[in-house]
Amino acid sequence: MWYYEKKLQYPVKVSRCNPMLAKYLIEQYGGADGELSAALRYLNQRYTIPDKVVGLLNDIGTEEFAHLEMIATMIYKLTKDATPEQLEAAGLGAHFVNHDHALYYHNAAGAPWTATYIQAKGDPIADLYEDIAAEEKARATYQWIIDISDDPFINDSLKFLREREIVHSQRFHEAVEILKEERDRKKVF
Amino acid sequence: MSFTLTKCYSPFVSKFDPCKPILTKCYSTPPNLYIGFQPNNIEQFPTAREALYAGTLWPCLYDPYYSKRGESIE
Repeated sequence: MWYYEKKLQYPVKVSRCNPMLAKYLIEQYGGADGELSAALRYLNQRYTIPDKVVGLLNDIGTEEFAHLEMIATMIYKLTKDATPEQLEAAGLGAHFVNHDHALYYHNAAGAPWTATYIQAKGDPIADLYEDIAAEEKARATYQWIIDISDDPFINDSLKFLREREIVHSQRFHEAVEILKEERDRKKVF
Repeated sequence: MSFTLTKCYSPFVSKFDPCKPILTKCYSTPPNLYIGFQPNNIEQFPTAREALYAGTLWPCLYDPYYSKRGESIE
């Protein structure tokens, strides 16, 4: 069960109407290495991972939904009052025809989100390595979006999100270390 | 270098679990997790045949896997 706090994890500000940037940002909304994939991947793996790391997957999976919400806010603000002409000029003509101004779970190229983006192998090491890879891929995606974006406010929020990917990757590495530990080995400090 | 190739844990068991609980669950922690960058000149299998059958030249990388089929439930 979740409690909802009606605020964003980190503020989202937008400098100007820029549907083109929204088109790129949607990669992190419904793309393979996006926040939706991340949240669903971790929360789903919780059930079959050793008890010691269930809490970590729960917390990170939950935080990914907070990131998803930030991305959604950015995309919404960037396109909110864009005219059909502006959307078309930004390459979002097909999106407008199908969805009007609604957000949809697809990647920057328009391919809809699919469960094949995520894995659940059941092997704890395999699953955690997938999670680490996913965090690094998401970090890289944020880098490329920051590179292509000229909106300093959006970039500020994206830099926050990129940093969170680094922290999550570190935590997943630590989870692997926990699962590697010999259970009855004495800890020496 | 010493490590075990399998780790086991006791998952939470509820008295309302419908299936007969498996009290111990195990997962693989193969040797590559512990070696990092493989050092030079580590011990090799004595014969090429053994190495071929094992799938690796080096015993320290070898991780036999045995089927869990037919394992008794505790």
